[in-house]
Amino acid sequence: MSETRSRDVTIPIGPQHPALKEPTSFSVTLSGEKILQVGVRLGYNHRGIEKACESRSFIQSLYLIERVCGICSHSHSSCFVQAVEEIAGLQLPHRAMYLRTIIAELERLHSHLLWLGVAGHEIGFDTLLMYTWRDREIVMDLLAAITGNRVNYGMNTFGGVRRDISPEQKADILKAMDTLEERTKYYISVATEETTLIQRLSGVGVLSHDDAIRLGAVGPTARASNVKRDIRKDDPYAAYDQVPFEVITSDLNDVYGRTLVRVRELMESYKLIRHLLNSLPDGPIAVKAPRKMPAGEAVSRYEAPRGENVHYVRANGSEKPERVKVRAPTLANVQAVAHMLIDRYLADLPIVVAAIDPCFSCTDRLIDLTREGGGRCDVITWGQLHDYSLRWYKKQGMDLSKLNSRFKCGESS
Amino acid sequence: MSDMSQEQAIQTELTAAYPCLQDTVRIQRARRLYAAVPRERIGEVFAFVVRKMDFSMLCAITGLDEGETLGVIYHLARPDGTMLNLSASVPKERPILRSVTGFFPAADAYERELIDLLGFQVEGLGPGPHYPLPDDWPAGQYPLRKDWTAPDQAGPPRQGSENPDV
Repeated sequence: MSETRSRDVTIPIGPQHPALKEPTSFSVTLSGEKILQVGVRLGYNHRGIEKACESRSFIQSLYLIERVCGICSHSHSSCFVQAVEEIAGLQLPHRAMYLRTIIAELERLHSHLLWLGVAGHEIGFDTLLMYTWRDREIVMDLLAAITGNRVNYGMNTFGGVRRDISPEQKADILKAMDTLEERTKYYISVATEETTLIQRLSGVGVLSHDDAIRLGAVGPTARASNVKRDIRKDDPYAAYDQVPFEVITSDLNDVYGRTLVRVRELMESYKLIRHLLNSLPDGPIAVKAPRKMPAGEAVSRYEAPRGENVHYVRANGSEKPERVKVRAPTLANVQAVAHMLIDRYLADLPIVVAAIDPCFSCTDRLIDLTREGGGRCDVITWGQLHDYSLRWYKKQGMDLSKLNSRFKCGESS
Repeated sequence: MSDMSQEQAIQTELTAAYPCLQDTVRIQRARRLYAAVPRERIGEVFAFVVRKMDFSMLCAITGLDEGETLGVIYHLARPDGTMLNLSASVPKERPILRSVTGFFPAADAYERELIDLLGFQVEGLGPGPHYPLPDDWPAGQYPLRKDWTAPDQAGPPRQGSENPDV
């Protein structure tokens, strides 16, 4: 297999189930098992939320914005309210800032625990998936108890938060932090002592420090390439300038480093939540916000579990925003992940992509196939692919031509 | 009021290099500066702040429909958290920008978004797929323009109680 191949093969991975639970499409050019080139197609789940906000009131937009992401919903809603509160000149009560930060860190916990399980799953370590997702339920239950929802908490409103944390809930959260901390210590020991895991993740998905900066990587992806960037420290918001915590970095530059950064960030979040709860100021949880926002603009930044979130809001003095712009962290990490895959093995693609903790939606409706013997690339349509699959199954002795014939309508799209 | 000396230093440096920005650079709050730049100077000012003033991160690019013109805002940041938002307006009938992918490769997706959603033309941006719209999106339809409405919005509202498929 060592001789130079005259033909390289381009295969599509995705958009459906590209080793992830979200649609995205990779067009991967291979020489044998080595990846030569990667094309990433995004946008499949573009829902026009920015445009939709322009025809809705600020408060309606807040609930819509919270639905940009199903995992880091509080990240988006907080990023948006911060921008609007700056435009409106609202000064939040300290208690509201603290409560917003507590929810933010609970969200980071469940997001990182979810990621750890996904990473385990992608490398065939499903026990880790079962463990971490069981533990994640503890956080989900806390969020449900505080806000009424497991995701899309509806905690934020302009001028503060909508729900308080009672002394009983505080006790429950503190107890849960102890349990989760014990569990996380176990995960750290697994991550630092389990040789199968270390060897599978080390040297995979390498992103050098300089490349991380050049390609604009954010969040744990950047921090695992020793780029000490964290919006919570660099451009503090909510209560982050009043609480002690460390920015976790690693100089390993690979998927293993990203794993260590995330598990250690969990430990920092437990510390943060305890500190916030134990120093929770008394007082109101919100101030009254106007229905019409004054004309103005603001840019808000937020350290979501996956990295920096950026929202830009422009108000024109009416009840509706003039413009809402959302930049989610995965978009900043896409260039970096394409770079990480080059010259690496195809089998590493799932874990390398999963290691940025992607949250994207994408499309690609065309399939590139290299014709045997010819080396020329042809494009085949969905209908041709459908017919091809029917012929292939017929050769295996199965006639599927009467099944799901309505799928053929996909040809027109 | 917090100490704004760092923001004022940035304002002074920028206006010293570009006196035309004298009246447009403003400090909105700690770590947030805005500057409206004449469109013929935007490339030059962008290069200056990136190369000479340590604004080494491009956080996002926002496009806006301003009526007669299309607006663009480059959200640049320093590692210390200070953000400078450089804006410029270009005529709607000739909405041409120079690509900044030479400075920031990650700008690729941001610029494709300007093209797809607002109809900007970005010179120097290499060929690539649509983002975020589908490949078969009709030409000349720019969803974030103010006069654009989704075709199905004109139809009658769906009745929640009716479900003919069940």
